[in-house]
Amino acid sequence: MSNPSTPDPAFLRGLTQRRLGRRDAFRVAGLSAAGLALAACGVQGKGVARPTSSAQAQSEVEKYWAGKVKNGHVDFANWPLYMDPEHPELKKFTEQTGITVTYKEVIQETTSWFAKIQPQLAAGQSIDYDLMVVTNSIQLTQLIKLGYLVPLDHERLPNFAKNVGERYKNESFDPGNVFTVPYASGMTGIAYNPKYVTTPPTSYSALWDPKYKGKVGMMADSQEIANFGMFVLGIDPEKSTPADWEKAADKLRQQRDSGIVRKYYDQSYIDPLAKGDIWLCQAWSGDVFQKNLSDGTDLKFVIPEEGATIWTDNFMIPKSAANPVDAITLIDFFYQPPIAASLAEYINYVTPVPAAQEIIRSNAAKATGEDKKTLEMIADSPLVFPSPEVYAKLRTYRTLADSAEQKKFESIFQPITTS
Amino acid sequence: MRRLRAALTPYALIFPGGVWLAIFFVVPTVVMLSLSLQSGNVADGFVFTWNWQSYVDGLTNYHDQIIRSLVYGLAATLIQIVIGFPVAYWIAFKGGRHKSVYLFLLLLPFLVSFVLRTISWQFLLSDNGMLLGPLKNIGLLPGDFRVLATPFAVIGGLAYNFLPFMVLPIYVALERIDPRVLEAANDLYAGKFQTFLRVVLPLSLPGVFAGVLMTFVPASSDYVNASVLGGTNTTMIGNVIQNQYLVTQDYPTASALSFTLMALLLVGIFAYAKALGTEDVLEVAAR
Repeated sequence: MSNPSTPDPAFLRGLTQRRLGRRDAFRVAGLSAAGLALAACGVQGKGVARPTSSAQAQSEVEKYWAGKVKNGHVDFANWPLYMDPEHPELKKFTEQTGITVTYKEVIQETTSWFAKIQPQLAAGQSIDYDLMVVTNSIQLTQLIKLGYLVPLDHERLPNFAKNVGERYKNESFDPGNVFTVPYASGMTGIAYNPKYVTTPPTSYSALWDPKYKGKVGMMADSQEIANFGMFVLGIDPEKSTPADWEKAADKLRQQRDSGIVRKYYDQSYIDPLAKGDIWLCQAWSGDVFQKNLSDGTDLKFVIPEEGATIWTDNFMIPKSAANPVDAITLIDFFYQPPIAASLAEYINYVTPVPAAQEIIRSNAAKATGEDKKTLEMIADSPLVFPSPEVYAKLRTYRTLADSAEQKKFESIFQPITTS
Repeated sequence: MRRLRAALTPYALIFPGGVWLAIFFVVPTVVMLSLSLQSGNVADGFVFTWNWQSYVDGLTNYHDQIIRSLVYGLAATLIQIVIGFPVAYWIAFKGGRHKSVYLFLLLLPFLVSFVLRTISWQFLLSDNGMLLGPLKNIGLLPGDFRVLATPFAVIGGLAYNFLPFMVLPIYVALERIDPRVLEAANDLYAGKFQTFLRVVLPLSLPGVFAGVLMTFVPASSDYVNASVLGGTNTTMIGNVIQNQYLVTQDYPTASALSFTLMALLLVGIFAYAKALGTEDVLEVAAR
């Protein structure tokens, strides 16, 4: 018998130390297996380098387009309300070329569209579309950087070379139109409902005016609010630095926390504006025009004196497209001035083909009554054919160079809208 | 041989459910856990690095939204009990032979898509809409009064959208109360109120428990109501997670937030089940 006051050392050890049994061994094995399983779930990167010289770009083009032939069909993905529902342009295209087109309005938002197609493109699978329209944005930069887009063969785009305005030929997000060519452009400015806003806003500071407390709508998109935050501070968004972003974010937070902003909207701002839930808001030029035309509302759109951003929705062909030749034929078809005019007449966004203005004018001269008035209005609208003075006030989005910069940008602006 | 078959039967029975759980629960959970510990970006890929920083970042930046989600979920659940219990009680005891008609009427609006129902609230509650417009015109409400883009709209929307999931389990629990128990209470000189408090209410609690589970969990992780009916400072954690995945493409932070939310809800449910007991609940849920 051991002395009761000094317990058996083995007993003590048993009390104070864990003993590893068979079960524990299994547990440890299981844990390390789980660890391995966790580590195996890594997501592979797909980044590729942008061609650095024009010779390299040219060889990429030749490599891709060699041996590609016309198949007689195109699958075209576009945004809602971005073409006459009768698709007169596409019908004409089929008549002239024999290529049939399946047109689907499947793109609602750049971010969600990117999220939808990214896994398929990463796996090199077809996304079922040969042609799509994407806005210049963080996502477009990524599509280019990840190597998901076909380098365009400009020899197959004679109308583009001939008819497209110079300013659309050297956009900062894709200099030289290596991967993208413009479909239409629009401005982000201030829209207001004159029923409630009696003095037309001329400056971004109207969106910070306490008298509109709770009646101001802003966009949820980080780039859109960032641009407004910078414009109101007199910063050119295109040339902004991270320090400018912090300043803009402060200004935007102040606007939110003093209760001026009612809500951060996606494209759904136009109904609340028409109903009077909001009185003035960030808006895209064509939306206001189309709403007035379709619902008889009297909403107004202004480009503030500080300037505004112009964005461009671009044609592009995904790498996995089945019918690239047919797709590029269709792209070029849209740059014929009569076709560009017919499209602009319906969508009321800026057309990249300046010659369309004269065609719309002559169409107006031939038309009568209500149609004539509408066509004249479109031909003279600074929102469809911006004058050089308006263009001088327009800036493009800041192109974010790499994922580190993108992450920095989003981490500054995203918390503002997801408050 | 027969012995072997007998031994295998339970496994064969659990096989379909087991496979289902493995594919749709275990695998996604493991992938999500793994993603939450990775670092990198979409262009260069994500690599598993035991990167706990995503949890730190997620919690420091978005703890407000997590707490708000739980508070909104709880508030919506309480409203649902207050509204749902009397409804279930009325259908179970006063419904008579039309019970199934009333149940059908209760469910009828819910045959319409969740998102559409929420958007129609937006129309109803708009600042000059059919509800607030007339009240403002006759001067009952100040001109700048609003419901949309406030926490009340979001909580109201949540309470509305998940209401049947509260009413139905309570109804089931009430419906199966043996009328003879009520008669016995009456025979023993219990008044109506006494009977309700000491017989009906305790017997209905398992239904309430199941209802709370079925509404609190989806309500706290919902993002539709906050994005349609909310405004500034009403963002819920579901919106943040959606944004982190789709807009920022910060998969690790999104996964870390999802995992945190899941863990919080699980801990809450276990504590709640422990406090109230689970056997009756399982019985009700199984019906």
